[in-house]
Amino acid sequence: MNAPTDTPKLHDCRDAFVETLEALAAEDETIVAVVNDSVGSSKLGGFRDKFPDRLVNVGIAEQNMVGVGAGLANGGMIPFVTGAAPFLTGRALEQIKADVAYSETNVKLVGISSGLAYGNLGATHHSIEDFAWIRALPNIVVVAPADRIETAAAVAWAAEYEGGVFLRLSRVGVPDLLPEGHVFVPGKANSLRDGSDVTLIANGVLSHRALAAAALLDTKGISARVLNMATVRPTDADAIISAANETGAIVTCEEHTIFGGLGSAVAEVVVQNAPVPMTVLGVPGEFAPTGSANFLLDHYGMSPEGIAASAEALITRKS
Amino acid sequence: MKPFTPDELRAKANQIRRRDLQAVFEAGAGHIGGEMSVTDILTALYFNVLRVAPQNPLDPNRDRLVLSKGHTACVLYVTLAERGFIPKEEITTFLQPMSRLNGHPNRTKVPGVETNTGPLGHGLPVAVGMAKAAKISGADWKTYVVTGDGEMQEGSNWEAIMAAAQFGLDNLTLIIDHNRLQQGARLADTNNLAPIAPRLEAFGWEAVEIDGHNMDEILAALSHEGRTPGKPRGIVAHTNKGHGISFMSDNVAWHHKVPNAEQYAQAMAELEEAAQ
Ligand SMILES: Cc1ncc(C[n+]2csc(CCOP(=O)(O)OP(=O)(O)O)c2C)c(N)n1
Ligand SMILES: [Mg+2]
Repeated sequence: MNAPTDTPKLHDCRDAFVETLEALAAEDETIVAVVNDSVGSSKLGGFRDKFPDRLVNVGIAEQNMVGVGAGLANGGMIPFVTGAAPFLTGRALEQIKADVAYSETNVKLVGISSGLAYGNLGATHHSIEDFAWIRALPNIVVVAPADRIETAAAVAWAAEYEGGVFLRLSRVGVPDLLPEGHVFVPGKANSLRDGSDVTLIANGVLSHRALAAAALLDTKGISARVLNMATVRPTDADAIISAANETGAIVTCEEHTIFGGLGSAVAEVVVQNAPVPMTVLGVPGEFAPTGSANFLLDHYGMSPEGIAASAEALITRKS
Repeated sequence: MKPFTPDELRAKANQIRRRDLQAVFEAGAGHIGGEMSVTDILTALYFNVLRVAPQNPLDPNRDRLVLSKGHTACVLYVTLAERGFIPKEEITTFLQPMSRLNGHPNRTKVPGVETNTGPLGHGLPVAVGMAKAAKISGADWKTYVVTGDGEMQEGSNWEAIMAAAQFGLDNLTLIIDHNRLQQGARLADTNNLAPIAPRLEAFGWEAVEIDGHNMDEILAALSHEGRTPGKPRGIVAHTNKGHGISFMSDNVAWHHKVPNAEQYAQAMAELEEAAQ
């Protein structure tokens, strides 16, 4: 990825997560954190020191972790069940289905280092199937914030909301995109830039790349709208239908396999309401090779240049 | 290959530790603590115990070794390279873009690797399947699996432990790298499993406890002579995370920390001195 001329400060969204959680926990004694030996990688050391009785470490045991979270919710607690996203979602998927979604418990699942964040640790540690897995379940709101501001807002919202939430966080640094004081509304996309020729829809660590792609397209006289769509379920159908009708072409970008994630969610709305050409960018049907997250995103055509090229190719197919 | 003597194994283990340390330092990542604790066990397996052939890594009659604590892949790569499965020069590509040597071992890319590990608690169930296959087919190859001690908190392991006893898998050996530390803390402060041996026995296994850094004890425990017929063997190998490097040894900070230049020099000097 080409470095922008004035390099913006990058933030690790885990910091916004724990700062918000600690502030909420200071006010609300029912907030607890549940972890699988992941105190350090989840940055919950501060939480543990401040609220030692409310840090539940079950050891390296993710199925147990989610089940315990559901039980804590039953007992009146608000558990933030926090662990590396691949193991939290993949290992404990049936607990998430039966104990959280089906039982409708007030459990907040926080997947840390999601997507390709674990980079060269390899495909076992990539969490690029989690949108598909969790999105297939009723009763869980799936959220992938784009920056520290949206992360903090989503955590605050999740604590208030009564029901299952999956917060998909990264550890890869991202610049600020949303305005300070932003209020998170589930199922509502935010326009980061207006445009009329094509719409780029992204979330998580892809949103700032999509915005940079729109700037590149602008230099070529192509006007791209950019939607930050943090909530993957429920999807913002209104924003998607407007994008289809008003710009006539949609490119989705996600740190996820192209099977069943954000692109699929958008396509479900597009094909049933306002069919227009679409390109779904993400990891194709393979396990990713060795490389850092940013290397792999570039590798799979999701550098700003790659996204812009996909958009340019797509608009030639507009009717 | 002629099985190494205990003295030769000690020298080889030291050499593997040094190469591993260098690889982690150069890559700027790795799991040095758990690599130093498991090195003696892996060295004994690959240079004395396992009937494997680098020229024919998929020989149907080979012994199977599963490194379930896949985060210590680097020391497995170094050991496989020393044993001739992959070129020694390739270790320099560890974690580099497009290298086949990523942070967790991949059987489809690296000869000698039996199954892809990384998520903890997978190796033992797969090893039970391997041992069961040998039983069903009447083959005499053996299956060995190495887990971490924190890893034994995963319930899947205990499901496999029950199955192995039920199936009478006396061709299966589980080696638990009991270094008393997991990622963020000591097991005793997280979810303690000690003492482990009585737990294995309660599940119908034959358990032995050894000093996991003593080659003679490792070889004796891995031997199939004098084992109880019909029982899988669990070896509780008492080890130190970071073994061989004074400031890392038994120190929870060194799960995946990377030494700086000064620490690297000191660590290497200590290992070199131990080689004398
Ligand atoms: C299912 C799963 N959960 C969590 C992790 C993250 N993790 C990697 S290593 C580790 C600690 C392992 O401790 P232990 O088994 O004692 O290994 P060792 O001390 O030998 O390094 C953890 C929690 C993982 N790899 N897989
Ligand atoms: Mg350990």
